[in-house]
Amino acid sequence: MSGAPRAQGAVGGALGIRLRERDLSAAPAALNVLESSTDEDRAQATALLEQVSPAALGGEAPGHVIGVTGPPGAGKSTLLSALLRAWRADGQSVAMLAVDPSSRRSGGSLLGDRARIEFDPHDRGVFIRSTSAGERLGGLAWATRAAAHALAAAFDVVVIETVGVGQAETEVADVADTVVVVVQPGSGDVLQFLKSGIMEIPDVLVITKSDLGQIALRSRRDASAALRSLGSGATSVVAVSSLSPPHGIDELIAALREHRAAGDVAERRLRARRSNALSDFTHEHGERGVRSLGGRRAAERLLSEQKPTLDTAALVAVLEARAGGR
Amino acid sequence: MSGEHSPRLPERDRPWMMRTYAGHSTAKASNELYRRNLAKGQTGLSVAFDLPTQTGYDPDDELARGEVGKVGVPVSHRGDMAALMDGIPLNEMNTSMTINATAAWLLALYVVAAEDQGVAPDSLQGTTQNDIIKEFLARGTYAFPPAASMRLIADMIAYTVEHVPKWNPINICSYHLQEAGATPVQEIAYAMSNAIAVLDAARARVEQAHEAGGAEAQQLMEQVFGRISFFVNAGVRFVEEHAKLRAMSVLWEELGRERYGVREARHLRFRYGVQVNSLGLTESQPENNVQRIVLEALAVTLGRDARARAIQLPAWNEALGLPRPWDQQWSLRIQQVLAYETDVLEYPDIFEGSIVMDGLVAELLDGARAEMAVVAEHGGAVDAVAYMKGALVDSHRERLRRIEAGEQVVVGQNRFTETESSPLTADAEGGILVVDPEVEAEQIEDVRAWRAARDQAAVDAALDALAAAAQEETRNLMPATIAAARAGATTGEWARTLREVFGSYRAPTGVGEATAAPADEDLAELREQVARLQEKLGRRPKILVGKPGLDGHSNGAEQIAVRARDAGMDVVYEGIRLTPAQIASSALQEGVHVIGLSILSGSHRELIPAVIAALRDAGVSAPVIVGGIIPEQDVAALRDAGVAAVYTPKDFDITRIMRDIVELLNADGAAANGAAVAHSAASASSAA
Repeated sequence: MSGAPRAQGAVGGALGIRLRERDLSAAPAALNVLESSTDEDRAQATALLEQVSPAALGGEAPGHVIGVTGPPGAGKSTLLSALLRAWRADGQSVAMLAVDPSSRRSGGSLLGDRARIEFDPHDRGVFIRSTSAGERLGGLAWATRAAAHALAAAFDVVVIETVGVGQAETEVADVADTVVVVVQPGSGDVLQFLKSGIMEIPDVLVITKSDLGQIALRSRRDASAALRSLGSGATSVVAVSSLSPPHGIDELIAALREHRAAGDVAERRLRARRSNALSDFTHEHGERGVRSLGGRRAAERLLSEQKPTLDTAALVAVLEARAGGR
Repeated sequence: MSGEHSPRLPERDRPWMMRTYAGHSTAKASNELYRRNLAKGQTGLSVAFDLPTQTGYDPDDELARGEVGKVGVPVSHRGDMAALMDGIPLNEMNTSMTINATAAWLLALYVVAAEDQGVAPDSLQGTTQNDIIKEFLARGTYAFPPAASMRLIADMIAYTVEHVPKWNPINICSYHLQEAGATPVQEIAYAMSNAIAVLDAARARVEQAHEAGGAEAQQLMEQVFGRISFFVNAGVRFVEEHAKLRAMSVLWEELGRERYGVREARHLRFRYGVQVNSLGLTESQPENNVQRIVLEALAVTLGRDARARAIQLPAWNEALGLPRPWDQQWSLRIQQVLAYETDVLEYPDIFEGSIVMDGLVAELLDGARAEMAVVAEHGGAVDAVAYMKGALVDSHRERLRRIEAGEQVVVGQNRFTETESSPLTADAEGGILVVDPEVEAEQIEDVRAWRAARDQAAVDAALDALAAAAQEETRNLMPATIAAARAGATTGEWARTLREVFGSYRAPTGVGEATAAPADEDLAELREQVARLQEKLGRRPKILVGKPGLDGHSNGAEQIAVRARDAGMDVVYEGIRLTPAQIASSALQEGVHVIGLSILSGSHRELIPAVIAALRDAGVSAPVIVGGIIPEQDVAALRDAGVAAVYTPKDFDITRIMRDIVELLNADGAAANGAAVAHSAASASSAA
């Protein structure tokens, strides 16, 4: 392993090509590169992402990116274990990115979600990576977004799981095709968040522990009513129970598939890439940088004029070129 | 002095029951050991089972690898139990079995072994530990999910109270809580909360069989309460520890009267057996452990009002490895000197009227009642497992911090460390028992021969009947379990049948709930080093903490995980009972920089090389460090297998271990940007 090919982005490029060719075993090394902040690895990451950009793929990445959020204790891990089993039984390859937000305060983090998701260690069609949210505020780690995009080139399903309600699903919405919020029966506060607009309206609302009977039924009714009152009949509400015999899982998978089929994935991803590019640029150059582009609206206009196949990094480069040119 | 005013008892008390926690290798070898121990004056048996037996696997199961016959005796079927008890009259013996998840099964085998001797179940005396909540909290040998486990316990209580009336179906254990770092208040509160969960479940069972609120149900419930005994710990702060036991007996009586309506005094008595503290035993200057054990024994014998019914003492060399028969004899002799040479058994309660003792008891009662209320708020002991586990991890961390900082003195470890070399550990094996590695192969052959020789149709029918009973919530599982034991089913078959019905389970690790570290200069410096390493690696240093094998003693792994987090690392910790394949798969997918493995059961010689082979097969080149009870003479072999560093109980300074890890990663070029890069770069160049 000499330094030379790395410097030219060959390692990152090769990993990107392997993902594009749906080589799932490239995932761990790809993530190591995407999560790294050294200059050398950033160059590799750029080369990697180029190979899985819409331009290189000749369209959007085929994988379905699903964001799953919800308060702690809602049963996300049990639900994900059941979903994982169902997807695998159906022959779908699955990547899961478990994001732990707690590390923003403590510096280090205990990445425990992996322990709670049941999977077969010999199954090469499953990839699970836990990741801390990092220091960056107000959004998923840059690496998580990049990882989701890259993995969607290789895996049939990419799940981004994170804890929380309110901020969390807004962050996930920037990268996921479908946003799922998971709540347990009796979580009236979540419905309050919905009604008051603190929380974005999810694409699918899952109520767990439906084996609880009356209370679960009532929660489902309340959620549907709240969504209707917001004029959002499009959101599916699905009740599931992961206790054996599990039920609602097939219904949930169908709801996810329907949402993806109904929505315009290309349009949604394009919008996300443009908004991510602007927030990346702002993160790097601050409000002063945005002013040098003639303000936020001018920047948005500039982005909307670009070719739809440009990935986030390329869009940031466009903004930087314009800012430098002024 | 006239008799009326004599401070002495009119008659010397009878000594407590003396036991030694023992068993290893095979049923036959353990039987010989038991007979020798009884000949030396031991008055009861305490059976140590190996981990496969405790967790419900046969010796030929993949998960049993490296663990067969290590920390106890393998008992796979009625033939093993008969061999274990050969020549020991079961109508006279009092046998304590440290068995939990599979307690119903081992009791069934014991009942069948007694049948073979012509002994009826109603004359059997002894105890099955059978406390599952503490397995979730501290010991890790659970097999089924909480609800199903509680049902098995309730079934055993309901069954024994009618059919094996002299048996203690459960020992509520506070012992393991202290080993996991519990303070005296936590030990009392969690044990009592646990007892409430068990008694509530048993009451429900009793009321299913007999009319609720009826005289018969109430009578039976009095008996149930009277059959519940405790298994406690005693640490070296023996005055406070004695107060703890007095506090527990006050709470127990209160609980009986108020919650369960028990009226008869004999049913309200707080009965307990004890094994004194092992957590405080040291690897350095291990001879000092003898004094510690003696002092701890005083905690449970000095005051007559809260004296132990049965005592077993650890051996001086437990922090080094498995004790030999001679080491255990030494501990038995400590008990005998205390009971027969000293005068402790000659007086009424010597603390009666002591202002200090009463004050200590009152203080502990206040604290315990408050903590019990917190557990009740969480919905009781079963639902509060995650809360209690987090609290124990926190307490243990505080204990370690005090030892590291020198605030808590441990003679020979963090103070007075100058020492002559010890003649006790001078022999070739370092003063411990080494189980012959051939034992595992023998046991595998034995269980296969057993399966081939039995009436398979009868076994199949018995296991089908067991599965059917398990599916019906209201059926007691004991009759079907005893029938399966009689038919010749194996431990693994019994447990697998129930796992298929009940599902499997992974207990909370507690580390996620642990609070952030207090500010600390040492830690600040370490964080700085970790931050510099992060810049070099490009990612936050990421460590996988893994526990391969069946060993459930997770304290060490948890403390390493929490400290690594506090030092600023990303930590992947998946809990206990992982196969080498699981560890390798996680290490690869997570892209960790370093892997830490913890084993305390003595199976490191088999399992560590297996994990390293699995890692290298997966293309993970990250360095591996190992911690646990690793005898000095095994270290070289582990290093040869590719282990970068080995840590044992004498390495009590965890911050220093963290510093070593940082140094290791700084020096290790291969670790730069992660385990999998070398592998992927190789594949990339071959692809190109």
